[in-house]
Amino acid sequence: MPDVSDFILKLQRRRIEGSHATARQTAELLRSVVSQTRMPYTNQAASLLDAVRAVGEQLIAANPVELAVGNIVRRVLHIIREEDLSSSAVSFEGLMISEKSDDEDDADQKGGPVLSAAAVAAAARSTLRPRSLQTLLEDGPLPAAPSKSSSAGDSEGKSKSDKSAVGKRLKHSVIEAINLLIEEIDDCYEDISEQAVEHIHQNEVILTLGRSKTVKEFLYAAKQKNRSFRVFVAEGAPRYQGHVLAKELIQKGLETTVITDSAIFAMISRVNMVIVGAHAIMANGGVIAPVGMNMLALAAQRHAVPFVVVAGSHKLCPLYPHNPEVLLNELKSPSDLIDFGEFSDCMDFGAHGGAPLMHVVNPTFDYVPPNLVSLFITDTGGHNAAHMYKLIADYYSADDLVIKRKSTSSN
Amino acid sequence: MAQKKGGKSAASDDPEELARMPLQAVLLADTFNLKFRPITLERPKVLLPLVNTPMIDYTLAWLVSVGVEEVFLFCCAHAEQVKEYIGNSHWGQSHAGFSITTIESNFSMSAGDALRFIEGKNVIRGDFILITGDTISNMSLTEALQAHKDRRKKDPDTVMTMFVKRSKPMPLTHQTRLGNDEIMMAIDPETKQLLYYEDRFDSSKRAVTLDKSLLADNASLYLRTDLEDCCIDICSPEVLTIFLDNFDYQHLRRHFVKGLLHDDIMGKKIYTHEIDSSYTARVDNYRSYDTISKDIIQRWSFPLVPDVLYAGNRAQMRLQREGIYKAPDVTLSPSVRIGAFTAIGSGTIIGENSSVSNSVIGELCTIGRNVSIDGCYIWDSVTIEDGCRLSHSIVCDGVHLHTGATLEPGVILSFKVEVGQNITVPAYSKVSLLPQPSKQDSDEELEYADTNSGVIDSPSIASISPANIEHDHVSSFDTEQSVLLEGGLSGVGYIWTSCETGNEEEWRYSVAPIPVEKLKEFYAKMFDEDESSSDGEQTGITHSGELISESKSTDFDDSDGEYKGDVSKFEKEVEETFERALGGVAEENVQLEINSLRMSFNVTHAECAGAVFQSVIKSAIIASNSSKSNLLKATIDAIERSKGLLSYFITNVDEEIEVILKFEEMCMEITREFAPIFSSVLHQLYDKEVITEDAILKWESEKADADESDKVFVKQSEAFLKWLKEAPEEDDEDE
Repeated sequence: MPDVSDFILKLQRRRIEGSHATARQTAELLRSVVSQTRMPYTNQAASLLDAVRAVGEQLIAANPVELAVGNIVRRVLHIIREEDLSSSAVSFEGLMISEKSDDEDDADQKGGPVLSAAAVAAAARSTLRPRSLQTLLEDGPLPAAPSKSSSAGDSEGKSKSDKSAVGKRLKHSVIEAINLLIEEIDDCYEDISEQAVEHIHQNEVILTLGRSKTVKEFLYAAKQKNRSFRVFVAEGAPRYQGHVLAKELIQKGLETTVITDSAIFAMISRVNMVIVGAHAIMANGGVIAPVGMNMLALAAQRHAVPFVVVAGSHKLCPLYPHNPEVLLNELKSPSDLIDFGEFSDCMDFGAHGGAPLMHVVNPTFDYVPPNLVSLFITDTGGHNAAHMYKLIADYYSADDLVIKRKSTSSN
Repeated sequence: MAQKKGGKSAASDDPEELARMPLQAVLLADTFNLKFRPITLERPKVLLPLVNTPMIDYTLAWLVSVGVEEVFLFCCAHAEQVKEYIGNSHWGQSHAGFSITTIESNFSMSAGDALRFIEGKNVIRGDFILITGDTISNMSLTEALQAHKDRRKKDPDTVMTMFVKRSKPMPLTHQTRLGNDEIMMAIDPETKQLLYYEDRFDSSKRAVTLDKSLLADNASLYLRTDLEDCCIDICSPEVLTIFLDNFDYQHLRRHFVKGLLHDDIMGKKIYTHEIDSSYTARVDNYRSYDTISKDIIQRWSFPLVPDVLYAGNRAQMRLQREGIYKAPDVTLSPSVRIGAFTAIGSGTIIGENSSVSNSVIGELCTIGRNVSIDGCYIWDSVTIEDGCRLSHSIVCDGVHLHTGATLEPGVILSFKVEVGQNITVPAYSKVSLLPQPSKQDSDEELEYADTNSGVIDSPSIASISPANIEHDHVSSFDTEQSVLLEGGLSGVGYIWTSCETGNEEEWRYSVAPIPVEKLKEFYAKMFDEDESSSDGEQTGITHSGELISESKSTDFDDSDGEYKGDVSKFEKEVEETFERALGGVAEENVQLEINSLRMSFNVTHAECAGAVFQSVIKSAIIASNSSKSNLLKATIDAIERSKGLLSYFITNVDEEIEVILKFEEMCMEITREFAPIFSSVLHQLYDKEVITEDAILKWESEKADADESDKVFVKQSEAFLKWLKEAPEEDDEDE
């Protein structure tokens, strides 16, 4: 598939950066992969899983640091599993229940448009997994779930014998679910910033570091609700994205103070809350974030300032960080820090006995341990760091944590 | 989209039409020089690994990243290998909006020829990027490309935009970072037009000559020596036409740029574009190979770094702390010490107590115990046995170092060379399985005229190992000649003499760091310009580039021996030259060559005369086939044949005496077979007017108070001397 290799090349060459863009494009790519996969008569879900896994493996290898790729691949795999389970569940339960609950179903279907596959999936999820607190709260009373799921597909469920129809339906529902996922990625800013007013209060001082679109939207939303507050922006060396953010905030009429990263500790005592974006949130509640964030988190802890991380659900990563400073980091070119022309005489290795004396380290990310984070705000609401693994369990299937193609010797 | 295009082009004028052309690039996959010999005999330079990825991958990755859509890959030497590599790599497969077309020409000798050939193909339709396959860059092109197009619109005579990069020179050694010649450019500060280009600028002279008109025509100009030439150009199609019109243009910079600037051809203009934050450099020689490898490991070329850019089939290297790149399947013994800024490729095994620092090790290498590797570039599938010591060397694919071998700084081991047990490969030597080619196809045809590789082999070894070293120190022999020596197993390979890269400049181009002596010399030069400069120059030349041979000879001889070593080395050189003279080289050339040898070795006229005479006598031995009866006749023949040469070098009595002394010495030491016929030969020399009677008589008187043992030959020639003493009267009478 040409667009797959193209996308891999882009990821490899670091032409696509930022988890939002990467997540969205990955989801779109996987949607086209799913739609192009030819469905066999039997074991359709497995073939879809294999196809997605095959592509996903390459995508993850192309840029292992961009965790959003892996997240989306796992989300899609999860979607396929759920759809498969729900359709088979429907087939059974539809037969069993259809008799007694016909009226109820009709009413349901009239009430709104046909229930989306995602809703079915959510329902199936609750039936097929030990319930977390999250799902309990989200989905309401338990018995509702199976009956709902049966309602969605009961008419087709009866035509179980028509295999091609089932196949088409699986594919369609998967594609529809991926569409929902894309929508969710697009809407994450909105969903998160809706909660802004609950967190930002009148006359508060908010400190942020670097430039995160989520943080920006969050602050905009609070401003729109006529909260008046001040923002301190740490510039975020060496890329100085904070400068850009400051400009954007000022254009929206927010009172903004720009400080250097090194002044964070001096300023933190005047701050009511720290709100920052993240690159990824790991399963243990640790955060991979732009460099300098750990320093900020430590400063916030020292002065008992709440440290709030805002991130869309596509940044939730089901992996645990092992040696994140090295393995989940990317060292960029020293040219961000120093001017080559000015320092080239320090890099005349021949004249310095062959050994480089000057080392420049320019990491992209910091790892903030979970105990430093006071609150996570995702599209589904606020969460504690210790609660992250439960939240993550709702989005991913445990079978997909390691994405490795199974040997296809059976075929 | 297509409709849009059509609509616009109908309305627009020509330059804008050009602007929408797919961006083309000409990639020269041949560098048309011999700086990477002997490695490039077996593999084209663009496929040599730079931190375990072929150089051309870096160049192509950059071209893709800047949005080039059509690449014309020009191959010349090893064209099949380049084509095969491209075909098998992912570059060959179709990518959206990127295509590679290979153009092959076997008789192009220079970049100029290549461009003329490409012009003939008629494929370049608009502005194109000219780049060689050994350029590493991560710069963005958009700004410069736009500027170039704007300038073209304003002034159609703009033909080229050259990329330059600021690089602060070292206070001591100036621009030695990349081992290039120093460049001086004059640039108009306003328009960035290039006004003057000198690529062999010598900053030590502290003076520069500029054309008067340069200063008269330009209100202001910058003279800059702190610029590196990136060797990437945006060219207009006119560049090809200019090359076609000036068929003598070969070198892109030396001929084309200078030609355009100095001869002022048709008012064509070249502009420069200075890149600031991004990285660009070209692997031109071993020094820049070393420097750029280190830059890449330090991630200046991001994202073209080893853990991102990798197209091989094996596991990719990952970056770890302290700039160590390691593939996941590397096997290291727990006691291995890996220093900072090291890359170790997939499948490599390193044994106990070995240490690696500042080095790049390729894939599938096997390294034994107690090996120390510092600053080396070890390519794929190399075997290094226990106890080897390597420093600042390049070791190509498949090389085998047996137990205890040592590589001194600057050594290049080409493909599949073997170095025997406990053998030390002297500094700056280049070893290859292929014999050094005869000089016909090189640009310096003067030095070596013979084609017989076997003949080259032995002198090349001799010239590297100082005199009086036993033969088991010599590391390399031809496969067929491979001999079991007392020291252990011999190696396999020819040692090449360095001649391509300008002898006295070896330190500048080598992969090894600049020797301490050289730095001291620079240091001295800085403070004491007048005194040490002449001194420094001499040492530079005297040792004909083998700077280390100087330090080596001190290892083996005492301080006096160094001088002796030089003379014997000189004699050897003269002998070789003389042998070639017998092969039919014109006498004047031989005279010239010996004279230049005399100057470069800084020996006296008398010593030179002695050396020439020695060569004559030696040739006589060879001619006589070591049968005693023929010896006298052969000697007479030899003297007769080279009478002209001898009389040219033997001009006064002192030199004549030196010759006699030399002959005497030879008879006692090297060529004992001459001892019985000493007096007859002396007579012959007198007869042929090579030696005058004054000299002979003086010799006798000098010998008068010598030891008895020294008087053997005086006694032997007593009769002749007696006759001589009587002869003058006769001569007088004749006159």
